Amino acid sequence: MTAIAEQNRGLMAGSAVTMAGALNQGLSDALSEDDSVLVFGEDVGTLGGVFRITDGLAASFGETRVFDTPLSESGIVGTAIGMAMNGLRPVVEMQFDAFAYPAFEQITSHLAKLRNRTRGRVELPIVIRIPYGGGIGGVEHHCDSSEAYYTHTPGLRVVTPGTPADAYVLLRQAISSPDPVIFLEPKRRYWSKETVSEHGGIAMDPIDRALVRRPGTDVTLIAYGGALATALEAAEAAEEYGRSAEVIDLRSLSPFDDETVTASVKRTGRAIVVHEASRFCGYGAEVAARLSEQCFHYLEAPVLRVAGFDIPYPPPHLEEYHLPSVDRILDAIDRLQWQETAALVEVAG
Amino acid sequence: MVTIPMTPELLPAANPVTLLDPAGRAVPGDGPGLPGDDVLATLYRMMVLGRRFDTQATALTKQGRLAVYPSARGQEACQIGAVLALRPQDWLFPTYRDSMAVTARGVDPVQVLTLLRGDWHSGYDPYQHRVAPQCTPLATNALHAVGLARAAAIKGEDTVALVMLGDGATSEGDTHAALNFAAVWKSPVVFFIQNNGYAISVPLAKQTAAPSLAHKGIGYGIPATVVDGNDAAAVYAVVRRAVTAAAAGTGPVLIEALTYRMEAHTNADDATRYRSAGEVAGWLARDPVTRLREHLRGRGLLDEAAIAATDAEAEAQAAALRQRMTTDTRHDPDDLFRYVYAEPTPELRRQQRELAAELGRSPGGEG
Repeated sequence: MTAIAEQNRGLMAGSAVTMAGALNQGLSDALSEDDSVLVFGEDVGTLGGVFRITDGLAASFGETRVFDTPLSESGIVGTAIGMAMNGLRPVVEMQFDAFAYPAFEQITSHLAKLRNRTRGRVELPIVIRIPYGGGIGGVEHHCDSSEAYYTHTPGLRVVTPGTPADAYVLLRQAISSPDPVIFLEPKRRYWSKETVSEHGGIAMDPIDRALVRRPGTDVTLIAYGGALATALEAAEAAEEYGRSAEVIDLRSLSPFDDETVTASVKRTGRAIVVHEASRFCGYGAEVAARLSEQCFHYLEAPVLRVAGFDIPYPPPHLEEYHLPSVDRILDAIDRLQWQETAALVEVAG
Repeated sequence: MVTIPMTPELLPAANPVTLLDPAGRAVPGDGPGLPGDDVLATLYRMMVLGRRFDTQATALTKQGRLAVYPSARGQEACQIGAVLALRPQDWLFPTYRDSMAVTARGVDPVQVLTLLRGDWHSGYDPYQHRVAPQCTPLATNALHAVGLARAAAIKGEDTVALVMLGDGATSEGDTHAALNFAAVWKSPVVFFIQNNGYAISVPLAKQTAAPSLAHKGIGYGIPATVVDGNDAAAVYAVVRRAVTAAAAGTGPVLIEALTYRMEAHTNADDATRYRSAGEVAGWLARDPVTRLREHLRGRGLLDEAAIAATDAEAEAQAAALRQRMTTDTRHDPDDLFRYVYAEPTPELRRQQRELAAELGRSPGGEG
């Protein structure tokens, strides 16, 4: 067994875990516990995946259960559908975000719809793991944030972890889910570390719940995946300027946890959605619309979006201008009409 | 020096496998033998029933009882021959043009027509007769067949998956992927291409430059056969041989059946815009039902009384179908939300209540 697989055996309490290691452990545990689980895709066998997420699994579980496929994303998802129709639980890997597009028809026309088409008779418990997003100096086609393509498709669950321990939790739940799950892995956080809590290991938070990662009172920062850490950093920085920011980790992009998010925004009265994906028709547009529908009378300012520009993902030397940064989030916080509210308070007083 | 293996055994023979000529006379050859008398009799009866089902379905579009119907008239030998060659434990992956094949597998015709009637996207339980939902996007079902067959092999089940494709579908990427995956995995799959000459209006010559569609097999390492697709005996024999081979673990088989779509693409299409009456008439002389009937009659296996009895059975079946299809279906708006996820999400429950309020009824109940 190589470094990654050794590094994080079991997400043990008190141990430091990377997101890559947590995902590897999640796959390993799922394969151990359920014989119907299979892992396949491009380079996931002998090599252990280009990001080494499946490192050591083929050696441990054999090539019938963990294997390399011919190079065709549509082929991978299409055959996974047939396998699930025959009682297996495939967990497949798309090597990079943009390389999943050849599988789009299988995902949208069949994976998402077969349950509906057959009135619930055909269930497809399939997980499609997709490393997504930028921040790693990747060249073209390796950095897309493709979440909105999937969240716009009824029948799919779309989840994305923001922390290493949650990567384990969400992956285990995705594999157990009776619904197909698009599992988006923020590749720039693969090597971020987290020390697993000393008390009782990790909490298996439900797959469809958002979590408050940092409590605050003045503004709610709503983030997910790769942008979560940026939002948390921005919240720390805002504290120095006297603004108390609450940070919500959405985890489940579809379905959306209205309850947790609106409860927070009703308390703080201000909200900013942060994501890497382009702004126009991006995921943040849906969040902003839902907040204006459900929290209008609680809002002190318009819901703002800190998002990627409406451009094709830039080349490595330009990506720093594109990705939401701590400063950009702080600027957005500044624009939340604090003075105007203060003026209103004065008039009222 | 690398030696590239010559694999002529993967190529189709120079002539399509034919067991009966258009006049119904047995053709001697070194291919598979003529199926037994019982099989031939069943093929004939099922083709007569299948054709009557098909013409009834087309008639139902004219009465507004079906939204649309893609006919398989002229392709009865393919529809029935391929399905009868399957074993109970095998799976069929049909397309939208294969309603006749699905009924031949035992699925209730009203359930088959649920899709085209507009009541639901599929009306039958795929697990009951091992028939996947009829697939509308082209060639995507080929990958499902490969996956199902691979899962069967992993689980040690003796199951073969037969996927139906049209000539147009062979241009889609998923056909390529499915042939390739099945070959690499040696999955028990039969790729059954009904080459009916047209993809809606586009003739085969604009679809491919391959010498035959069966020639595509060699590129994947898959043995391929061309069969006379209007000869039910030959289709049955060739598919049966392929199922046996696939079940034995030798890997997938590709079959190209040469046939002709006698009707337009659907009732909404106008075939006179792209093909001549003479061409259609030429294929009438190769009619698959007449061919087998003449063969059976010539051998004394079918008399006028038996022919009349089968025709009467087909009429009765069509009448029953007509009667059942003229009953209006009750539609439940709550069904819209029921099968999207294993459990409706809170948002779907909200939307269900919205619709119920709009309709002045309580969700899940009567208005």
